[in-house]
Amino acid sequence: MLRVENLTKAFGGVTAVSGVSFEVTKGTIHAVIGPNGAGKTTLFNLITGVYTPSSGSIVFEGSEIGGVAPERLAKRGISRTFQNLQVSMNLSAIDNVMTGAHLGLNSGLLAGMIGLPDLGGRERATRIRAAELMEFVGCGAYVAAEARSMPYGALKRLEIARALMANPRILFLDEPAAGLNHTETHEIEDLIAALGKTGITVVLVEHDMKLVMNVSDRIVVLDYGKKLAEGTPAEIRVDPDVVAAYLGAESEGV
Amino acid sequence: MSEASIPTTIGRSSPETTAAALATAPGFRARHLPTIVLAIVLALLPLVLPNAYYYDVVIRILANAVLAIALNLLIGYCGQISLGHAGFFGLGAYGSAILTTHYDWTAPSALLVSAVVVGLLAWLVARVILRLKGHYLAMATLGLGIIVTIVLTNEASLTGGPDGMSVGDMRIFGLRLYGEKVWYPVFAGLVVVAVVLAGNLVESPAGRALRALHGSEVAARVVGIDTASFKTRVFVLSAVVAAIMGSLTAHYLGFITPQVASFHKSVELVTMAVVGGMASIWGSVFGAALLSLLPDLLAHFEGFETVIFGVILVATMIFLPRGIVPSLARLLRREGR
Ligand SMILES: Nc1ncnc2c1ncn2[C@@H]1O[C@H](COP(=O)(O)OP(=O)(O)OP(=O)(O)O)[C@@H](O)[C@H]1O
Ligand SMILES: [Mg+2]
Repeated sequence: MLRVENLTKAFGGVTAVSGVSFEVTKGTIHAVIGPNGAGKTTLFNLITGVYTPSSGSIVFEGSEIGGVAPERLAKRGISRTFQNLQVSMNLSAIDNVMTGAHLGLNSGLLAGMIGLPDLGGRERATRIRAAELMEFVGCGAYVAAEARSMPYGALKRLEIARALMANPRILFLDEPAAGLNHTETHEIEDLIAALGKTGITVVLVEHDMKLVMNVSDRIVVLDYGKKLAEGTPAEIRVDPDVVAAYLGAESEGV
Repeated sequence: MSEASIPTTIGRSSPETTAAALATAPGFRARHLPTIVLAIVLALLPLVLPNAYYYDVVIRILANAVLAIALNLLIGYCGQISLGHAGFFGLGAYGSAILTTHYDWTAPSALLVSAVVVGLLAWLVARVILRLKGHYLAMATLGLGIIVTIVLTNEASLTGGPDGMSVGDMRIFGLRLYGEKVWYPVFAGLVVVAVVLAGNLVESPAGRALRALHGSEVAARVVGIDTASFKTRVFVLSAVVAAIMGSLTAHYLGFITPQVASFHKSVELVTMAVVGGMASIWGSVFGAALLSLLPDLLAHFEGFETVIFGVILVATMIFLPRGIVPSLARLLRREGR
């Protein structure tokens, strides 16, 4: 479904992603792990069009998408959440989720002025669907809330609901459990597993190893921008390079 | 294709969820009651307006309200500032004046053609500028406004130069529009229409996209919102509204000078939108009323109006960053609890 080949991104002197290649199979849950600064978020930004690759290729469902703008990738069914929250705090919670349905609605200015998009109950249906998804991801208690009054954990879920609202074919989650407590992390794990069962392809960056090992079908390990290892959770757990990298990172106190 | 990929197992509907969702939709009263009140007030106002002078004051407020509402869509929702909106207003005014006076066009066709030309010009500017980040639009429109003023002043054979030119009455559908009392219902109607259309727009998917891109541009793009296209379209829309209001105002005033396109007028419009409240339609109406009345109140400070507008603008941004109307609304909500 997704094939990344020799992908490289340099920021001035820093090569954040360096010659990374891997493949994501449709309908699986794929994890990308690695120490802080390994290039995981940069990799997501490259695949989702936020950054343009320095070199290499990204092929999604048969066509090259490297450097294609995010709004065009959204049309192809690519959706994501952000490590550093990207919620519009000037909107209500449910409005944030409803923006996820943007492509399916009539977003013309003139049409909007005369109330056209509302005809046939489209807005109403979108609103109901948004509330259902908020419930599904576990922030149903905030359906009537303003985004800026929501706690961090709920906002992380809100981003997932917004991403799902677009009916994505592939969903990128950048550290969905970061900053969450033990119970919340457990709930996110269940949520990701449930998403996987529905047939959405999920690519996940996460530091919580228990979560990663439990939900992933395959894992790619990055270190200093390079791919260090790839395999099933069982293989990664015992990979000597991975163990060394993680122990190294820990002893450096990063 | 995307329809087929909806995983039906994600989320389920329940009467409770549906009810909770629908309760978040803006209700009829919240959305339309203020507009109805405005329409009634405007309909009754002639009963208390003593003479043509007061009609003129109200008409200026109404014209500015429409301009501020349109400009606020750009400033408050797209986070872009235009410092040259008076330039578009002036192009509309002079477009109508020149086409009707020198070329004998009918007033409606002159208005339409001026609006279309201004729309194209704004679109060209936006295409070039809005792809860039930051405040380039403010600078480009500032320059554009200045160029418009210079051209209007120098092309004296067409525009009468700094002395200005007179504009004939507007005839539309066999009606001849002249005098404050005839123009009043036209401008009053336009304000109500502007409030309704802008209100619909803000609540529509397009409006939601605009608000979202103001909150987080990258998040907006990732859900498929073409932010550059939205900014372009809103800029063009607000420029076209300015041109149309310019045409109508030219016919109403009967005489225009390049001052209609001045930098001062642009600053005034921005101040109305910002002081009243960014991203607030009612704020724009309020800001237009406040700042249209101000020059009369400040008659002693002639020559310093731009400075005073600047001070008001800066003071609002520091002390009431959301603008007057949203700040008051928030205060009232808190009191109400
Ligand atoms: N926009 C940018 N400009 C310059 N350098 C960048 C930029 N984005 C990332 N980097 C650098 O690229 C490297 C990889 O960063 P990245 O955010 O991808 O790491 P990460 O694996 O997501 O880390 P974390 O686990 O902390 O989120 C870092 O050295 C970072 O400083
Ligand atoms: Mg990261």
